[in-house]
Amino acid sequence: MAIWIEEDAKILVQGITGNQGTFHATKSVEFGSNIVGGVTPGKGGQTVDLGQKEVPVWDKMTVAIEATDADASVIYVPPRFAGAAIIEAADAFNDVKGTGVIVCITEGIPTLDMVKATAHVRSIEGVRLIGPNCPGIITPGDTGGAKIGIMPGHIHAKGRIGIVSKSGTLTYEAVAQTMSIDEGQSTCVGIGGDPVNGTGFIDCLSAFEKDPQTAAVVMIGEIGGSAEEEAAEWVAENMSKPVVGFVAGMTAPPGKRMGHAGAIISGGKGTASEKVAAMEAAGIRCANDPSEIGAVLLKSLKDAGLR
Amino acid sequence: MNIHEYQGKNLFRDAGLPVLAGVHCTSVEQALSAYDKLNSKVVAVKSQIHAGGRGKGTLYNPVNGDEVMQGGVKIAFSREDVENYSTNILGNNLVTKQTGASGKIVNNLYIESGCAIEHEYYLAILVDREEKMPLIMASTEGGMDIEEVAESNPEAIHKVHVDVNSGVTVEQATNLAHSLGLEGNASNSFVEMLQGLFTLFVEKDCSMVEINPLVRTEDDTMILLDAKVGFDENALFRHPDIVELRDLSEEESTEIRAKEAGLSYVKLDGNIGCLVNGAGLAMATMDVIKLYGGEPANFLDVGGGANEEQVKTAFSIILEDPNVKGILVNIFGGIMRCDIIARGVISATQALGLEDPLVVRLVGTNYEEGRAILAASDLNIHTAETLAEGAEKIVSLIGGDE
Repeated sequence: MAIWIEEDAKILVQGITGNQGTFHATKSVEFGSNIVGGVTPGKGGQTVDLGQKEVPVWDKMTVAIEATDADASVIYVPPRFAGAAIIEAADAFNDVKGTGVIVCITEGIPTLDMVKATAHVRSIEGVRLIGPNCPGIITPGDTGGAKIGIMPGHIHAKGRIGIVSKSGTLTYEAVAQTMSIDEGQSTCVGIGGDPVNGTGFIDCLSAFEKDPQTAAVVMIGEIGGSAEEEAAEWVAENMSKPVVGFVAGMTAPPGKRMGHAGAIISGGKGTASEKVAAMEAAGIRCANDPSEIGAVLLKSLKDAGLR
Repeated sequence: MNIHEYQGKNLFRDAGLPVLAGVHCTSVEQALSAYDKLNSKVVAVKSQIHAGGRGKGTLYNPVNGDEVMQGGVKIAFSREDVENYSTNILGNNLVTKQTGASGKIVNNLYIESGCAIEHEYYLAILVDREEKMPLIMASTEGGMDIEEVAESNPEAIHKVHVDVNSGVTVEQATNLAHSLGLEGNASNSFVEMLQGLFTLFVEKDCSMVEINPLVRTEDDTMILLDAKVGFDENALFRHPDIVELRDLSEEESTEIRAKEAGLSYVKLDGNIGCLVNGAGLAMATMDVIKLYGGEPANFLDVGGGANEEQVKTAFSIILEDPNVKGILVNIFGGIMRCDIIARGVISATQALGLEDPLVVRLVGTNYEEGRAILAASDLNIHTAETLAEGAEKIVSLIGGDE
C-alpha cells in the first residue's frame, strides 16, 4: 500500500511532446515508473522516444485512457492551457473508468482558471487533482516506483514515512532527512505553492492515517493562507500516527510574495509563527531548521514506540 | 500587479460603475485646470501611490526630511486650497503605515468631485483560498481599517461566496444589501453596482478589488469613492490593456530585473545575501540564517533549471545591495545539477570580482562533482554539508570582519 498511487501505477503524460514533458517522462522511465503514453492535441498517432522505451501519443485523454487503462496523468502543458487540460483529464477519467489521479506540475496558471478547474474536479467523486505548481507525487517501490513529477528519484527509498509539502526543494530536504535516520518513504506528495490547488494537507493526512504502510508523517508548510492551521486542528482530532512539521517563512516580511504565488502574509494573516503555534498546539513537533527534521522525527518515532 | 486609484476609477467608469468625475494630474497647473473643469464646490485632492493609508499618512520633503503636511488626501473648498495641497503633495515623500518608513514619492494626483455622503461602507472582492471561490466582504464600518474591524467587531463583516461561472445572483446581492441596512433605491443601486463590479473582477482577472469607502449619498445612490485594484500576474498574458497600466516607478527596480531574468527576488534589510533553488527552501534559508544570529539581505529563488548565466545575474543582483557583507548559496540539486551550479558560482565570482565571504552548500544530483569543482578552485569559497552548517559559517565569517 501507499496513498493514491501504487508503485506500478500506469501513467499518462499530458504535453508529452513538449520539452518539459519529454524530459521528465524520460526521467520517470529511468526511475522505473510505468509511463504508458501521452497526449498532445494534434500529435495523435506519433510516438515519443523516452530513452528506454517509445510510447504512443494520442490527441485526447479519453482515447488515451481507453487504450491504456491509465491510473494517473501528469500535466506539463503551459499555464494558459493547463486549466483546460485538468478539466479534460477529469472528464476523461470519469467517463472511461470513474477514477483517476491528475498531477499538475505547471507553474503560473491564472488563479480564476484554477477556481474553475478545482470546482469541476470537486464535482467528480472518483477523481483527484494534485497541484498545480508542485513537484508531483512519488511512491518509491522495491525496484523503482511511481515517480509522477519532477523530483529527483534517486534520493528516495521505499519505507514508512509519508511526506506532504507545499514546497519542492524543501520536500527533497525532508526526504533526505528521513534517509539520514534510516527511514524510507511510503508516498511523498507536493501539494504546491499556489493559492488555489486541488489536494490539500488534510486530504493527505487523512490518507496517510488510513494507509497501513505509513507509520508517521512529515508535513512541510509555508507562509500564506490558513491550510496549516486547519490541518493542525484536524490532526488534533483525528490523527493517531505521529506528525512532525516545518514551516518556511519565519523571516518573510508582510505583503511580499515570496516566490510562490500563494506565499504571502496579507492583512497580518498567514504568518509562520501562527502556523507553528497551531501545529505545536495540535501535538505536531516542529523543527526550527530543515536540518533538524530527521532528529525531530526520530524522537517522535521513539516516543511512539516505533524505533 | 497593482494600479493607481485613478486607473481603477477609469476601469470602473468604462464598465458603467458609479464613480464621481475626476481628473488625473501630474502638475499643480493641471490640478488647477482640473478644478476649473470639474466645477464642483468641493473637490478631493488625492495622492496616488500604490499603498493604503494615504489619508492618514504624512508628507515629507525628500531632500531635507522636513514635514510638509499631514494627510495625503485633502478636501479642497477653493482654488487656493487645490493649489496649496497639490504643491504640498507633488514631488514629496508620503509615509503611510503601508509604505514603511522610507515612504513613496508622489508623482501623480487625482482631483475628484465631491458628493454629499450619508454613510460609508466597506466592500471587497477577493479569492478565498480555503473555499477556492471568490468571496465578497462588506461592512457598514466604511473608512476603517478592515483588519481592525475583523479584530474588534467581526460580526460587522458580511461574507458571501460566489460561483465564478454564474456570478453574483440578484438574490445574493439583495440579501447582502439588506444585511448592510440598505433599502429601496439604495438597495437597487447596490445590487446593480455589485453585479457589475463582480463581472469586472472576473473579466479582468483581478486578485483583489477593495472599495473603502463605498458611500451612500443623501439621494440614496451608491458610489465607489475608492478603488484599490490588484491583478493576478499569472493572467496578465490575456490582458494587454491592464499591462499598459503598470507603473514601474512604484516597484523595486532590482525585483523587476530579477523577474526578467526568470529569478524571484525580494529585497530585505539584512546583510547576508542568499541564492537558493526553490521558494520554500529560499525562505527556510533566510529563517536559518536568522536562527544563527544573522540577518538575510534578500529572498532569491533561481528556480528549478537555472543556467550559468542566471546564476551570474543572481549574484550581480544580490551584490547591488550595498548592505550585503557575505553570501550563502544553498542548492538542493534535483533537475538542477550541482556541478553546473558550482561552475556558475566560480565564473560569477570571478567576473564580478567578489571579495565578500561566500559559503556554498550543495546537495543532491552530482554534488560530489560540484564540491570537487569548488575545492579545486583557488577562490575563497567555503563549503558546508548542511544548511545549518552553512548558516553558522556565513554568520561567523561576517562577524569576523567587524
